[in-house]
Amino acid sequence: MCEYYQMNDRPGISRKNSSRPDKFAFLDDENIQRQLTTFRDDRHTHVTFYLPQIHCSSCLWVLEHLHKLNEAVISSKVNFARKEVTIVFDHGQSSLRKIAELLTSIGYEPYISLNDLKNTRPRINKSMVLQLGIAGFCFGNIMLLSFPEYLGIEHGEKGLLLMFRYLSLVLSLPVVLYSAAPFYRTAWGGLKQRFLNMDAAIVLAIFVTFFRSAYEVISATGSGYFDSLSGIVFFMLIGRVLQDRTYQQLSFDRDYTSYFPIAVTVLKGDEKIPTALPDIRPGDTILIHHQELVPADGILTRGKAWIDYSFVTGESLPVTKEMGEIVYAGGKQTGSNMELLVIKEVSQSYLASLWERDAFKSARQEDRKSFVQSLARYFTVVVLTIALTAGLYWWQNDPSRIWYAVTAVLIVACPCALLLSNTFTNGNILRILSHNKFYLRNAQVIENIASANQIVFDKTGTLTSNHEFEIVYNGVQLTDKQKYAISSLAAQSSHPLSRALTRHLLRAPALAVQGFLELPGKGIEGFVGNDLVAVGSKAYITGIVGLSSEEGTRVYVAIEDTPLGYFQFGNQYREEAFPAIRKLKESNRMAIISGDSPAERRNLQYFFGSDTTLLFRQQPEDKLHYIQSLQQKGNKVIMIGDGLNDAGALKQSDAGIAVSEDTNNFTPSSDAILAADELPKLDRFIRLCKANKKIVIASFILSILYNIAGLYFAVQGTLSPLIAAILMPASSISILLLTFGSSNLAAKRLKLNV
Amino acid sequence: MSVIILLLLASISVAGLFLAGFLWSVKNGQYDDEYSPPLRMLFDDKPEEKTN
Repeated sequence: MCEYYQMNDRPGISRKNSSRPDKFAFLDDENIQRQLTTFRDDRHTHVTFYLPQIHCSSCLWVLEHLHKLNEAVISSKVNFARKEVTIVFDHGQSSLRKIAELLTSIGYEPYISLNDLKNTRPRINKSMVLQLGIAGFCFGNIMLLSFPEYLGIEHGEKGLLLMFRYLSLVLSLPVVLYSAAPFYRTAWGGLKQRFLNMDAAIVLAIFVTFFRSAYEVISATGSGYFDSLSGIVFFMLIGRVLQDRTYQQLSFDRDYTSYFPIAVTVLKGDEKIPTALPDIRPGDTILIHHQELVPADGILTRGKAWIDYSFVTGESLPVTKEMGEIVYAGGKQTGSNMELLVIKEVSQSYLASLWERDAFKSARQEDRKSFVQSLARYFTVVVLTIALTAGLYWWQNDPSRIWYAVTAVLIVACPCALLLSNTFTNGNILRILSHNKFYLRNAQVIENIASANQIVFDKTGTLTSNHEFEIVYNGVQLTDKQKYAISSLAAQSSHPLSRALTRHLLRAPALAVQGFLELPGKGIEGFVGNDLVAVGSKAYITGIVGLSSEEGTRVYVAIEDTPLGYFQFGNQYREEAFPAIRKLKESNRMAIISGDSPAERRNLQYFFGSDTTLLFRQQPEDKLHYIQSLQQKGNKVIMIGDGLNDAGALKQSDAGIAVSEDTNNFTPSSDAILAADELPKLDRFIRLCKANKKIVIASFILSILYNIAGLYFAVQGTLSPLIAAILMPASSISILLLTFGSSNLAAKRLKLNV
Repeated sequence: MSVIILLLLASISVAGLFLAGFLWSVKNGQYDDEYSPPLRMLFDDKPEEKTN
């Protein structure tokens, strides 16, 4: 591997435990292969895998040199932003399964989910960038062609002048016909719903400007406003592109299929048959291995279930299920293998049915239009009145000037400035927030967050950490040596509790462990020095069977077969976030909603005060209904949650924020994704969103000043192309400076990374 | 005057070439991933010299 480790001094993630040999057996299935590969001829197959582990330049190097590891690979190319690798291989020499296994063996296990079967990968829409490029090209050239006239070309050069004008006309055609198309589309969409939106006014201005300019050029009465026209389209497109920037590595629309595996092992007699998930039928017996997700509801028929429901509930401590109990889809088996008798099809399971509910599906009513739209409507009405008045005035006094005055008013007063201030401010605020690891789905979310007056928190995984625990030891006092021994033993296991225990105890170099033995679902043991140390469940260590739920999660310890005591595991609150949350209470009502038992009620009431609503034992539907009931009382609700159990509430709320420990991880569908470490900044994020509206209005007022100056000339019918050509870029650029400057300033004052 | 026309046509067609280049590069997906290409050019393919 030559210089692999010289490329980057922190090569990162170590190799995970190698997975079981037949994990990718399902890739031998023709049907699955056909749906995963993008291209196949008689020699070569092209396939794209999602590798969530990609994180540094060394990854890039290793993955693009796959052909050195395996001759069958012809080429491999990484798309870093999407964390994907596209591999071309010779399927005469290798197979899809072998390629997946090769990737797994070097530490990049492909993530293949049920979602891949649907083949609905959203592609980035490039047309906006193309439209922007063409508008920029035409704008620049038309401006150059207009200069001679502004600077006073000699009248002797009549032919040249005419040629410049016609060239401008030709160059403005792509702008009007192609670049401005997005505005036509939204304007038409609005008109179809009998709604006069901002884009309709803009389209009107574009048409009026274009036809008046074309008329002037063809009738040889003037030079037209082609430069202003293409300039404004260009600037508006820049604003739109900035605002609609997407985060390729994030997805806001995940449903359960992106969490589910693509195939599972079905047992038929003694045979193990890998079967695609949609083909699983009730009555099948499926085999679930260690670290695999349960894809369908089923009855446990063999083995012991030790299920981690963190995907569904946000609760990371595994739950035990005995033989004969129902295991719901969505949990991840940890420890040994188990067998399930499927009782419902995948699409009928409890988890899937949550998604299919109407409330989850129904797109929120989009009648909540931005304040910018209503502002634009007033603006349009005012402009039309001015145009009408000017028209009437000139009809009385000098009818020959009606045409000039009215069209000039419409040209000057298009709400482009409003659109510019809105899109530039939104774009910059989205950028600032994303620098602080708070990613919004789109610009409308800024406004939804700013207008909220009620915030609902989920407890588990949001207010508490998923990976950290509060650990308290009860029992015989441990010596330091014993503590090191326990921590060294626990370090050998990958169970979440073992890892937490190691972090809690480790203060010295780890000791050597011999004869390590892990009994999944029970515990671990091994010799440290000369002592046999065992750590595990109550039944395993003390021999007392029977768990009582009041005990919570405990890990027992024994040294040389003598039980010494137990470690009590509790949730670790993200206390660093509490000051921010308390600050939010000054202007919002708060509620905490949890699927857990009310054991923590007193703690939470103490932290958040008696005026915070606390609800416990809430099912996913209850959370959804609670949000609905708040909204029916006229509240605007922000929901902050993390697990799939919050998915409905997140979707129902006005702004659903998913908290994620690692933004590359999977989050339920939501309006925004927030990195858990940044939760302490939440109050400042909300304040920045509130500043957004003020900045838009301020820059709009500035642009109105320009408009008034323009109107002054326009109503008199003396708006020359030169004045238009100065006013338009001047107002655009000052709006740009004002919006960027003031939103950056606002972020700096809130101590956010700019 | 004819010189100016000639210059004008030349300049616009040069600019048009650049525009075409830009459109091609966007359609070709050259802006899709801004991280890997600059690194990719740094990877030298050394002559075979296995360390292990």
